[in-house]
Amino acid sequence: MANITWKTADGNEITVDVKDGLNLMEAATANNVPHIEGECGGCLSCATCHVFVDDAWLAKTGEVDDIEDTMLEMTDVERETNSRLSCQIIASAELDGLILHVPEPE
Amino acid sequence: MTDPIIVIGAGQAAASFISRHVALGRQTPVLLIGDEPLPPYQRPPLSKKYLLGELARERLFIRPQQWYADQGISTTFNTIVESINPQNKTISSKDETIAYSKLILCTGSRARELPEAIGGKLPGVFTLRNMADIDQIAPEFQAGRKLLIIGGGYIGLEAAAVARLLDLEVVLLEMADRILQRVAAEQTSDYFRKLHQDKGVDLRESARMTRLLEGDGRVCGVELEDGETIDADLVLVGIGGSANSELAEAAGLECDNGIAVSDTCQTSDANIYAAGDCCSFIRDDERIRLESVQNASDQGDLIARVLAGEDVQYNALPWFWSDQYGCKLQIAGLNRGFNKTVVRPGANEDSQSIWYYRDDQLLAVDAMNDPKAYAFGRKIIDGGSNPAAELVADPATDLKELAKNS
Repeated sequence: MANITWKTADGNEITVDVKDGLNLMEAATANNVPHIEGECGGCLSCATCHVFVDDAWLAKTGEVDDIEDTMLEMTDVERETNSRLSCQIIASAELDGLILHVPEPE
Repeated sequence: MTDPIIVIGAGQAAASFISRHVALGRQTPVLLIGDEPLPPYQRPPLSKKYLLGELARERLFIRPQQWYADQGISTTFNTIVESINPQNKTISSKDETIAYSKLILCTGSRARELPEAIGGKLPGVFTLRNMADIDQIAPEFQAGRKLLIIGGGYIGLEAAAVARLLDLEVVLLEMADRILQRVAAEQTSDYFRKLHQDKGVDLRESARMTRLLEGDGRVCGVELEDGETIDADLVLVGIGGSANSELAEAAGLECDNGIAVSDTCQTSDANIYAAGDCCSFIRDDERIRLESVQNASDQGDLIARVLAGEDVQYNALPWFWSDQYGCKLQIAGLNRGFNKTVVRPGANEDSQSIWYYRDDQLLAVDAMNDPKAYAFGRKIIDGGSNPAAELVADPATDLKELAKNS
């Protein structure tokens, strides 16, 4: 179990306990986190689950592989150094307390 | 009280409509009516990870089952809508007649079947479209059994890949002179033919069957036009799909290869919209119908925006994907009407991309194990800069730069 918080640009926070093994795109859509769509179901084809990982947590969320790195080029809001596709972050005790910032499209 | 927006059909398009409706904070009540027992679930994994047994059923749901009630969305499953009355703005099922303010048809498509006269209804013959189909097929996918697949489209090829991974013997018959003939260029067919042959699929093109054979009350093989017979323990038919548009037709809505809609997904009745596999729309002066997650989601989403008063039209760039063994195929754009293709080699032996042109216009890209070609190809096509084919084919050309300048 991991307690995850999504912060939106307008200052809202959504905090949820996420079961181990679920990815954070699934967790976000289940909990109405805005702007996280996950159209492709997490197979790295749509780039609609973009988040900014809070800097303090970046290392713990793991490596960005080549495919994700490429797909991050397609996000609606331009990528930053702390960009991830949340379908590639898997909940685990390690991530308990993780904070994600949700990009706000124009 | 306002009559609800009624959504008929509980698939990807319906889920997308409802998600946007909720996200926009719209207050009009929504009633979702599905003929399956379950809320909307993802279909693409059915013929991939779900059939392989690698994905739990709960994770197929687009939103958790409880989510709809939590958002104040009414749902009725296991219910078949029998008729629409556009004059009275009502729909009727066996049990009741309900009034709508707006009606959204997300009735999807269904798999074509082989005629009963040639064995299409024999026990042991399956099609693959719904969760229930997989729940029937999965127990039949046992190592050593002989699977015959009719049709070399994406569904057939994905099922072949799963079957080989589970160690079934697989024969795949394609009637055309190459697999994927209707949807892809020769180079893409060549790539997947080799992939499947390397994995041990007995893949036969230009193979015309005459009938399925019966033994002990179940399918036991197939007879080909040249008289050859092939044994099979089970048969999977993957010969395309057709729009579920009967309900709309009976209601007098204009239909043309599916329910005809405008660029706002409106049907010929102003109070009725349609989204996803069941509808056809104009793209480049041609009426087309797509069976894809992208199309269903984007159209469902668009209808919610239209009903909220936004001035939006449907012009999304289509994209698709398929997974077979370790190969990820990603497609951006629509290759209809192409008259030229170029191949761009990828970074690895098993990666490459096929770029489709109509004269000098870049239409689409098929990327095999080459997400860069897909991602940047999608940007380039969206941007409309139409880089020269020779440039694209040259592996020294930086696609990222091309995408930036498009």
